[in-house]
Amino acid sequence: MSDEQPPIEEVLATLAPAPAPLSTGRSVRPGDRIFAVLSGGASLTLLLIIALIAAFLLYRSIPAVRADTTNFLTTSAWFPDSTPSTFGIAALAWGTLLSSLIALVLAVPVAVGTALFIAHFAPRRLAQPLAYLVDLLAAVPSVIYGLWGLFFLVPQMVGLQTWLADHLGWFPLFSVGSGSTFKQTMLNAGVVLAVMILPIISAVTREVFLQVPRDHVEAAQALGATRWEVIRLAVLPFGRPGIISASMLGLGRALGETVAIALVLSTNYVISWKILEPGGNTFAANIALQYGYAADLGTNALIASGLVLFVITLVVNIVARGVIARRREFAGAAG
Amino acid sequence: MAKSIDVSDLSIYYGKFCAVQGVSLTIEPRSVTAFIGPSGCGKSSVLRTLNRMHEVVPGAWSSGKVLLDGEDIYSPSVDPVNVRRAIGMVFQKPNPFPTMSIYDNVAAGLKLQGRRPRRELDEIVERSLRAANLWEEVKDRLERPGAGLSGGQQQRLCIARAIAVEPEVLLMDEPCSALDPISTLAIEDLIEQLKEHYTIVIVTHNMQQAARVSDRTGFFNLAGVGQPGRLIEIDNTQRIFSNPAEKATEDYISGRFG
Ligand SMILES: Nc1ncnc2c1ncn2[C@@H]1O[C@H](COP(=O)(O)OP(=O)(O)O)[C@@H](O)[C@H]1O
Ligand SMILES: [Mg+2]
Repeated sequence: MSDEQPPIEEVLATLAPAPAPLSTGRSVRPGDRIFAVLSGGASLTLLLIIALIAAFLLYRSIPAVRADTTNFLTTSAWFPDSTPSTFGIAALAWGTLLSSLIALVLAVPVAVGTALFIAHFAPRRLAQPLAYLVDLLAAVPSVIYGLWGLFFLVPQMVGLQTWLADHLGWFPLFSVGSGSTFKQTMLNAGVVLAVMILPIISAVTREVFLQVPRDHVEAAQALGATRWEVIRLAVLPFGRPGIISASMLGLGRALGETVAIALVLSTNYVISWKILEPGGNTFAANIALQYGYAADLGTNALIASGLVLFVITLVVNIVARGVIARRREFAGAAG
Repeated sequence: MAKSIDVSDLSIYYGKFCAVQGVSLTIEPRSVTAFIGPSGCGKSSVLRTLNRMHEVVPGAWSSGKVLLDGEDIYSPSVDPVNVRRAIGMVFQKPNPFPTMSIYDNVAAGLKLQGRRPRRELDEIVERSLRAANLWEEVKDRLERPGAGLSGGQQQRLCIARAIAVEPEVLLMDEPCSALDPISTLAIEDLIEQLKEHYTIVIVTHNMQQAARVSDRTGFFNLAGVGQPGRLIEIDNTQRIFSNPAEKATEDYISGRFG
């Protein structure tokens, strides 16, 4: 060992790069920070927009509700611009909920059935185009459904509704006073809404059904489950939160649907169970139909009704989330 | 209960790919048979043809004969659903139904067979959980979700679910590979007990486990990637581990494997 040889540490230091220091002076990387700011900003903007909408609705509603000489929530008549001003949202709320409910009751089973068929029964060659078709239908604008309902569906529905009235007329829902034409009825509106929301519910539930883990399916199969039993044991339980979310999505669309309802329903402000009689109204259709004729107070009254719709939609969504969250403990991966 | 299985000239395919070729073996009732061999040699595939679970994979098929006490389970008149009811299966990854309670998980197979009085169900559920050495740990929370149990408990729950329907044969595909050593021991003890009533076939990666729990051991191997796996030999476990007939078996067991 001669003196010219550098010490071993120096040799090693030239071979291996110095280890990166743990502390770089900042504890957050710039990329993370930019992403945090962007995504945080986006969600904040969204919240702000919702708050602004609510504030606007509230601001315009208060004068109308003040001017109202009757109870805004329990009155069904709609005369905001007459003196004294009398109007309320009872009939609108009733019609909105009833038509949407009819739509959900009709659409959800069909949508779930279609989704199950596409995801778990149809041969792949058929499933693909079917899925594509459903997705396509989900994108059709609602005015098309409205026109289709008005010119095609309504005439077709007369026979069925006549039959219902004749044979099940003892049931309050299907009773008719005298000589209904069976044309611009609540049931028709509900059916058009059902057709309209069916594709979106079906598309969303199908995606969920496709994600059922193979473990769950094989667990059922290995117990000797038939096809249907596999669906019942593994697919439906996994898909339940998805079915609920999809239904709420559909319900949201149905609650706010304007054009299709305005085209199909002959609107009035009557609260009635009789879905085979013409008449009824919804928030959205009422706003669309009345807006052109409304004076100042009338406009504010319509905006007040919009606020109620806003709240109803919000409540529906919160309830749906609650239902899903309550099942989460049992939902495992389905979250 | 507890039937024998006779496999002759079984070949297993995934589409055009032949995964396993020419397997013949006999499994005695009330015995434990272990399948060992390197990964990809077709142990799981063979196991899954024994209860017709293989064919649920799209494009999968097989040829050859599988007899359960002399009856061909692949005969056209046999419904695979009935085969799976007679031959239970436990998977590598514990897979209790996540939305069901512990009780309902165990009762799931029973409920497929038709309605029973609640008292009878209660009895069978308790008996199955006891047989799976899980009863003491869960008896106070039968209504809780099965997914809330530990991995080892979940696997024992799956075993309870499988034996609740009193199958003729119980197939286990690496049932301990996702479990810690203590849970593994618990399951090995359980296999020892279950052997008195059931015919058991277990795939395992762990040779000590094969040596501990099985009466007979089959060694599978494959010549190379893309080649079909084959059953190299099957014999008494003692003999396989002390004095195997084939060189490949000895190499594998002594860890001298390529
Ligand atoms: N679902 C599947 N689709 C296609 N090939 C598969 C599938 N499952 C297994 N294989 C193939 O079959 C062969 C045997 O696999 P497997 O039975 O899982 O072996 P082992 O259980 O011994 O590891 C492997 O080559 C594997 O790639
Ligand atoms: Mg395997």
